[in-house]
Amino acid sequence: MAITLSGDQAIPGPPLSSRLTPAQIWGIVLLAPYLLVFLAFVVYPVCYGLWLAREPSNYVALYNDPIFARAAVNTLIFLVIGINIKMLIALFLSGFFAQQRTWIKWLSVIFILPWAVPSIPTILSVRFMLNPEWGMVNHFIFTFTGDDGPNWLNDPTVALTMAIAVHIWKSLPFWTMILITGRLAISHDLFEAAEVDGASWWQKFRFITWPSMQTLYVTCTLLSMIWTLGDFNSVYLLTGGGPADLTHVLSTLGIRYLRLDQLSLAMASIVCAMPFVLPLVYFMMKRLSR
Amino acid sequence: MKLPGVSEFSWRDVATEARLLLIGIPVFLWTMIPIYHMFLFAISPKEDAFSGKLWPDHPTLHNFEIVFKQQHYFLRDFYVQFWNSTLIAAAVGVLTLFVATAAAFSISRLKVPGGRMVLNLALFTYFIPAAFLAVPMYRTMGNYGLLNNHWSLILAMVTIASPYAIWVLKQASDKLPVELDEAAVMDGATTLQIFRLVYLPLMMPSLVAIGTYAVLLAWNEYLYAFLLLSNDQEITLPVALGNFLAADDSPWELLMTTGFIYALPPAAVYYAFRRYMVGGLTAGAVKS
Repeated sequence: MAITLSGDQAIPGPPLSSRLTPAQIWGIVLLAPYLLVFLAFVVYPVCYGLWLAREPSNYVALYNDPIFARAAVNTLIFLVIGINIKMLIALFLSGFFAQQRTWIKWLSVIFILPWAVPSIPTILSVRFMLNPEWGMVNHFIFTFTGDDGPNWLNDPTVALTMAIAVHIWKSLPFWTMILITGRLAISHDLFEAAEVDGASWWQKFRFITWPSMQTLYVTCTLLSMIWTLGDFNSVYLLTGGGPADLTHVLSTLGIRYLRLDQLSLAMASIVCAMPFVLPLVYFMMKRLSR
Repeated sequence: MKLPGVSEFSWRDVATEARLLLIGIPVFLWTMIPIYHMFLFAISPKEDAFSGKLWPDHPTLHNFEIVFKQQHYFLRDFYVQFWNSTLIAAAVGVLTLFVATAAAFSISRLKVPGGRMVLNLALFTYFIPAAFLAVPMYRTMGNYGLLNNHWSLILAMVTIASPYAIWVLKQASDKLPVELDEAAVMDGATTLQIFRLVYLPLMMPSLVAIGTYAVLLAWNEYLYAFLLLSNDQEITLPVALGNFLAADDSPWELLMTTGFIYALPPAAVYYAFRRYMVGGLTAGAVKS
């Protein structure tokens, strides 16, 4: 064919070109940039990191570090409680935003803002609102009750709750948006039929909305859990891991070890999370790569 | 069923509307309070900012003036840092588009042997939490001698942005009919011509979405920027904002002003490309 004749000089020697069509050679050439990035910045760092974390003594050190145990528990709370609350709210709000109203359209445009703006200024803004002396929140508490408000970020439980709230503030719009798309994909005829049959709000949700959305909902929840493991900003920028390193999660703890020049500990703490991460990743990949 | 001209007033409608408002108002407040608080600080003199008022007694643009004239210790490299952020975001956008479009074309249209596996590897990377990869990435960049060099952040962000980009672009290009390529081949088009003249124009909406995604990801990135860059002349704006906290009596009103300026471009970009973003990005994520 004409194409092979007009072909490129890039074809290296007869044995290879006889097995590969020009299209396939181009395929390899075009795939090469990503493969290079992948080898240099994923494969090499991961292997190198695993090699650094090979010593069993690292795991003994982690086991003996109370901050690690605390961070592991905090991470679990963050994932199991935080994400489920977030996804339930997102599911609820997706129903709200699916309503056809002009003002709700406008509200949805505003609602996206937390996701569209960078997290650092907004999280720092929340941090100052919670400042015990000058923060807006305690000013209000003082104005209305005459009492001094609590020192919000100085109590580990409250501080972690606030970090979860900040995380929800930031990523709720994204998940709500995804769930709205899922909701709008449900055939409207089903709801009209249910309306005619006099179905209640709950029955419509239970027998129409939920069955068509549950796969999407579970996928989103798992995906959000994996990503939240890497949510460094919400904790670091709000509490800095404090007070007394009691609000660290695994992602901030890894960076803390890194800053203390304990790279092998940092890697070991990440390796410890892998038994939880890898099954989730495997499950997600099976689901998405069909 | 509403008939035009007939009075539509009914208590049921009022109750529905009230219920919706009962959800809508808290949602509005929840969304806006941190952003409004940031804006409030930006237009307040220091005394007003720290007094907890909902609107300053003397609203002023003085803070912006200080930022734009770099009249504070923490702001002396504001323009350089703004430029660094811009440059890095643009480079990440361009490189991610290049790497991901080439890979998606190769996997989806050319059916390159092993393409399936590469896609799975990319997806796997997509699921590794970014903060986990940051630790070994920091050391790797040190080994490559790239620390404190813009390329370290650019390459790191391209690594993080490409998997999702490839995946979304691959999904989108699978939807283009095969007949298009076949017809072009019949007409004697080379692979590169198909890529340039058939593939790229048809993929434009997805490319806009992915370019925007990569640019925003890079502009907003804090963790990697803060690990990989440290010199005042090299850092990006978010790292500079984080450095404000190093002082005991941080000028919070200036921090919030700078943060506000920093947050404007991504918000503007997001709204400008919203149509593409929502269509292009959720289409990938929703596939269940």
